[in-house]
Amino acid sequence: MTELSKTETGDEATAKAPSAFLEVRDLKVHFPTDDGIVKSVDGLSFSVEKGKTLAIVGESGSGKSVTSLAVMGLHRLGARGKNVRMSGEIWLNGKELVGASPDEVRRLRGREMAMIFQDPLSAMHPYYKVGDQIVEAYRVHHKVSKKEARKRAVEMLDRVGIPEPAKRVDGYPHEFSGGMRQRAMIAMALVNNPELLIADEPTTALDVTVQAQILDLIRDLQKEFGSAVIMITHDLGVVAEIADDVLVMYGGRCVERGTATEVFEKPQHPYTWGLLGSMPRIDRETSERLTPVKGQPPSLINVPSGCAFHPRCPYADIPADNVSRTVRPELELVGAGHWSACHLSAEDRERIWTEEIAPKL
Amino acid sequence: MSETKKTDTAAKAAVPEQASAPDEREVLLKVENLTKHFPIKKGILRRQVGAVKAVDGIDFEVRKGETLGVVGESGCGKSTMGRVITRLQDPTGGKISFEGQDITRLSTGEMRPLRRDIQMIFQDPYGSLNPRHTIGSIVSAPFRLQGVEPEGGVKKEVQRLLELVGLSPEHYNRYPHEFSGGQRQRIGIARALALKPKLVVADEPVSALDVSIQAQVVNLMDDLQEELGLTYVIIAHDLSVVRHVSDRIAVMYLGKIVELADRNALYEAPMHPYTKALMSAVPVPDTTRRGQKSERILLRGDVPSPIAPPSGCRFHTRCWKATEICRTTEPQLVELKPGQRVACHHPENFADQAPQDTVLLSAAKEASELVPDTVLSGGSQDGTGSEADSRSEAESEAKSEAATGTSAEPEQEQEQEPGSKTEAVAESEAAPEPEAGSEGASDKEQASAAEESGSGAGSASGPEAEAAEPASSPEAAGDPEPVSGSDDAPKSPKPKGE
Repeated sequence: MTELSKTETGDEATAKAPSAFLEVRDLKVHFPTDDGIVKSVDGLSFSVEKGKTLAIVGESGSGKSVTSLAVMGLHRLGARGKNVRMSGEIWLNGKELVGASPDEVRRLRGREMAMIFQDPLSAMHPYYKVGDQIVEAYRVHHKVSKKEARKRAVEMLDRVGIPEPAKRVDGYPHEFSGGMRQRAMIAMALVNNPELLIADEPTTALDVTVQAQILDLIRDLQKEFGSAVIMITHDLGVVAEIADDVLVMYGGRCVERGTATEVFEKPQHPYTWGLLGSMPRIDRETSERLTPVKGQPPSLINVPSGCAFHPRCPYADIPADNVSRTVRPELELVGAGHWSACHLSAEDRERIWTEEIAPKL
Repeated sequence: MSETKKTDTAAKAAVPEQASAPDEREVLLKVENLTKHFPIKKGILRRQVGAVKAVDGIDFEVRKGETLGVVGESGCGKSTMGRVITRLQDPTGGKISFEGQDITRLSTGEMRPLRRDIQMIFQDPYGSLNPRHTIGSIVSAPFRLQGVEPEGGVKKEVQRLLELVGLSPEHYNRYPHEFSGGQRQRIGIARALALKPKLVVADEPVSALDVSIQAQVVNLMDDLQEELGLTYVIIAHDLSVVRHVSDRIAVMYLGKIVELADRNALYEAPMHPYTKALMSAVPVPDTTRRGQKSERILLRGDVPSPIAPPSGCRFHTRCWKATEICRTTEPQLVELKPGQRVACHHPENFADQAPQDTVLLSAAKEASELVPDTVLSGGSQDGTGSEADSRSEAESEAKSEAATGTSAEPEQEQEQEPGSKTEAVAESEAAPEPEAGSEGASDKEQASAAEESGSGAGSASGPEAEAAEPASSPEAAGDPEPVSGSDDAPKSPKPKGE
């Protein structure tokens, strides 16, 4: 991570007006429901610099998408805003977003921060032409004529690699294939040259060949525009491919965070080990069996006490005094720019990783 | 559907069984030249104006106890294939035999006893369980429908099955919504296993699940195979998962199998360019590999429409190795190495098998060494199939002849080339992406190209005779599958390329 984030650990951040481009501090997003409070995000801190990519990894229901929607200010829209409790701070380029008025956030949304959604078919309006939707996104933030905006839309479609952009600009979303639709959505997200791009599972619905194209495209565009990118995914392969930093989420909290190299080569949290062990790998000799994480992801209403991962963790009994079940571990510095929230001692982690986990991967 | 059945002509082509495979296990399921076309109807009369060729002539067999993985991009027909081999949908043509019995045209009633032996696991754990039925009634449905009374009663058996797939027997009276995705998939597996099937076709069994849960289900299927001696056909788009679970793997592209090989052979030395591209695109969780971006083969564009697949080799529109022959002649699925069948004119890690190439003969020879001579001399394809083959060959030769003929005029060469290409494509009614250059070529030039190609096809003797000889060689190499052990021996040795 950055110099700034090296000085702060986990949830304890005190300095105002951070120097990082995007900084999230102790973000909490809770949804009160009839069954209880769903703590989707429960104290999350991270930062992203311009030109860098942060990947947020986790299972479904770990709070990845809720985090991204919180950054985009999309939880407070309409009546649904009444049903969410948000606290913490989100600093984008020196502006605080959690306390900002919806109008302020709206001015930033689309212009300074944009989002690519997982399912382009439902994210685009089926009734409007693709070009018109891009034009609208542009004209909201730029006072230009329709003609100019249209020119810009064609330019963007061309930039994301859609053949015959001048023709396709008048096509409807259903006339585009899955990969093309995802490209069109990237064009829409990038039409205002946003400085922060959030991609929520941008390639999950796509075939590997198209996925490779889209990842390449995102990487190239990032180089060109120098944006900060938050990539939300559950595919560790994609993460290794594209991310500078990785944040592993479990049960609404960060359990491990660090540079991609650190997290992949010296993962420190049993959950990260579990994720790595669950993946069949195409680049290694096939092992006879995968080593899955046993059990089910936790309920976010009744998050397990202590370490949220302890019911599924094979090493929960190693730390003394039953701390795994009673005390919630905080993020601790475990390497250069590498934090992990685990009660296991450094020696135990080292031993388990080198002796038990790494040989099986 | 019945109309398409009638139109099907080449269906009965019997490709000799492959018996020289290293694995001599009994063949459980055999699929020959299977096709499934969905008619497109338009107008008041609902006349058929075309067909989505979802599965367009595939051959493979599944041996007892093995796992065959089927991979391909979305829209390549892999799921349709799965539904057709389980007879959930009727095939348009071809033949499916299960344990030696032809099940292609069995009626619903005749199929019913066989349903015990062939079961399916579906992709969507949310859509495949009736939300108004309890788990007990879902898993016991196969017993009810088949009129089977298991030992110790239905309830006891269902609870045993639930335990087998890692659920608690107390879940008997619960409803599907009370379960998570991974647990639902287990319920689907329990239902599929209820009648002790011989063959289980699993369509994307884990793609809707989280990674950690995915691994649990993969391991479960693995264990059950060992315990119950199951045979799987696993359809998936995730190449890493398929590699993990399969013994042999078929790679599909636009309704055809382009490569069929043992797992290790396929992943270590893929021979079809598409397989290679597909595998290079899989992201690997290893940051040290990040610098090696150049290894990746990026395919351009999308999969062409299966309504009008490209002429010749279907992959030529996206293939970096494509040459003229790929646009005109469809490559046959040929056994180039023991246990590795590939449909490509310019395979990776192997000598080209395209007719114009001089290396052809050596390739054919190598291939022929792998199989008994009797097969090669015996033509090995009978009736309509070979006729259709030779006809399309003659056509394609005419086309390539046209191409070379027109390029004889030097100043027109550049414009003529795309023009004649378009002709070739248009003739086979397969032009999803018209060649970019074709718009530039004037009508007159196109007309002359058409004329040339017409005359080429008309005057049979001259160019045909020339083309006949090289064309015969790939056919010889093209049917290395030996017939030993199968009774559908070739009827008459028939020279190819007429």
